[in-house]
Amino acid sequence: MFNLLIDKIQQLGHKTLSIVSGLGRASLFLLSALFHIPNPRKGFPLFIQQLYAVGVLSLIIIIVSGLFIGMVLALQGYTILVGYGAEASLGPMVALSLLRELGPVVTALLFAGRAGSALTAEIGLMKATEQLSSMEMMAVDPLRRVIVPRFWAGMISMPLLAAIFSAVGILGAYLVGVDWLGLDSGTFWSVMQSEVNFRGDVVNGIIKSGVFAFVITWIAVYKGYDCVPTSEGISRATTATVVESSLLVLGLDFVLTALMFAR
Amino acid sequence: MSKKIELLVGFFVALSIAALLMLSYKVAQKGILGNDKTYVLYAKFSNIGGLKVRAPIKVGGVVIGRITHISLDTKDYTPLVALTIEKKYNQFSDATSASVLTSGLLGEQYIGLDPGFVDDSVGMLKPGDFIEDTKPALVLEKLIGQFLFSKGSK
Amino acid sequence: MSETLIDIQNMTFKRDERVIYDNVSLSIPRGKVTAIMGPSGIGKTTLLRLIGGQLKPESGKILFDQQNIPTLSRHDLYETRKRMSMLFQSGALFSEMTVYDNIAFPIREHSKLSEALIEKMVLMKLEVVGLRGARNLYPSELSGGMARRAALARAIALDPELILYDEPFAGQDPISMGVIVRLIRALSDALGLTSVVVSHDVQEVMSIADYIYIIAEQKIIGQGTPEQIAKESSPLVKQFVQGEADGPVAFHYPAKPYRDELLGKGMMNV
Repeated sequence: MFNLLIDKIQQLGHKTLSIVSGLGRASLFLLSALFHIPNPRKGFPLFIQQLYAVGVLSLIIIIVSGLFIGMVLALQGYTILVGYGAEASLGPMVALSLLRELGPVVTALLFAGRAGSALTAEIGLMKATEQLSSMEMMAVDPLRRVIVPRFWAGMISMPLLAAIFSAVGILGAYLVGVDWLGLDSGTFWSVMQSEVNFRGDVVNGIIKSGVFAFVITWIAVYKGYDCVPTSEGISRATTATVVESSLLVLGLDFVLTALMFAR
Repeated sequence: MSKKIELLVGFFVALSIAALLMLSYKVAQKGILGNDKTYVLYAKFSNIGGLKVRAPIKVGGVVIGRITHISLDTKDYTPLVALTIEKKYNQFSDATSASVLTSGLLGEQYIGLDPGFVDDSVGMLKPGDFIEDTKPALVLEKLIGQFLFSKGSK
Repeated sequence: MSETLIDIQNMTFKRDERVIYDNVSLSIPRGKVTAIMGPSGIGKTTLLRLIGGQLKPESGKILFDQQNIPTLSRHDLYETRKRMSMLFQSGALFSEMTVYDNIAFPIREHSKLSEALIEKMVLMKLEVVGLRGARNLYPSELSGGMARRAALARAIALDPELILYDEPFAGQDPISMGVIVRLIRALSDALGLTSVVVSHDVQEVMSIADYIYIIAEQKIIGQGTPEQIAKESSPLVKQFVQGEADGPVAFHYPAKPYRDELLGKGMMNV
């Protein structure tokens, strides 16, 4: 009985140590990847290439889901608000939920599934096929050549995607609210404008998505770089990227919301 | 291949800029508190009721600013409200009165400014000045109490 | 210029608790083909990674042209790596680039040459390995043998002094095996490259190596020219060279006595 307890405590210690050392390795990895001045002549084309892979290829899913989420919000919101005779507030309701919450969060979740997993799988595969190793032997640092452009592409494109998501969502709500449910177009926009605050809502939303972008891209590139270089290792790493970054995004979202909007 | 990628990335960036522009100009009114073209006036009320930070300030129904800060003055224990107003509305006279109003029966509370009369004898309010003439929020419970009391005393 | 390019002195390497190399010393002469043989799983690839500085030994020195690789600063290590290259077992071609771009990659990274000049260099290297016609293919479109030849072209793109070959013959059909054997020998003879070949294909190694080290059980168990190795009398070397299933290197992975396990001594634990 006593031995069992000792065993459990030892297991707990082992787990803690491995989590801490994992965090340490991930931080060192990030630091060594970021603390250098990139060479613009070679770095920029790589960055564009990754912006394409990470950003452009995620556009379709972001636009389609943004449109539908905006439309659903408008439909749901209308049926609730009309009960209070407050359907004029549909515009701000949709805009605020998109800008403050759904834009950053849903984009982050989609981004983790679409781009994060692809990053992990790609880097993991490069590791498994010794491409990273061979790069190192060619005196090219894979951190700088492979990781850095992907990291920055993720950091830049996710806030942009979140902005597109919110904008498309609001257009979708406009479509449903004005064209279908017959709200006045002028009221829709003007009430929205009087309620939505640029610094408080738009900028805070962008800051949120910037934080999410950092977390997701960091996890994605690190998981790929650190994976066990077998097909099973890659699939585990890819799953871990999606699960861990989604959970972290939702947790961080609460913290950020509490800091930004709770009074 | 590379040309196509550059084209698509350019398209992506242009689309994001369009989205950001829409969010800043069409969705949010960038004017109000969105930039530095505002100034602050202060007002003390004996009771602010349910007034909240970010509540609008209106003149005759037109939003001209927002409340940015609410605190309690530690000297006389009255609520102190900071009114951040757009710079283009900077011609309020000393005679301006501020009242805590409610939009509709159950709506949000806001501050209504009444510019009052302007003639040569009164000066203009400068940034940081206090609005002297204030009317507190109407508290429904008190009103009902007064009404019942006046009924009963008849 | 000394005759020895790589000098490994009293090197010990452990992976976790397992000793891979125990106080090993060996030297690799300049301009020759040196082969390192041994049964699989004894860390021959590890040796190449140690020379390339991707792994650090527990103790001992690995001198490359008088520089001790494990103690070099990051910057110096990268400078030194420009003088060597490695042919990976899988080829390790970059899958998102064409064969042409793969071979141009090290040149583009380490020089400021114009594209016109780079094209000439790349075509020359491709001509050497006979893949000039395949320049626009992607690695996924190449056969295993072609991929390895393309990787070889990339390895010699910057004219290194040293090439490390990791199992160059493994999994090749006889024809491409012949091609690679010929290429390794030709590169060494024509360009004066130093080659280190890690392999367990006895016949091919015997045919191209100038000097052979045989590694087993964390140590060097035999060395010499191919003729000397062929005449070697030590049972361990003999077993390896002649490919006998059982001998000093046991066929069985260490285990409890067969009889005991079958007769259920283990049953008592159940």
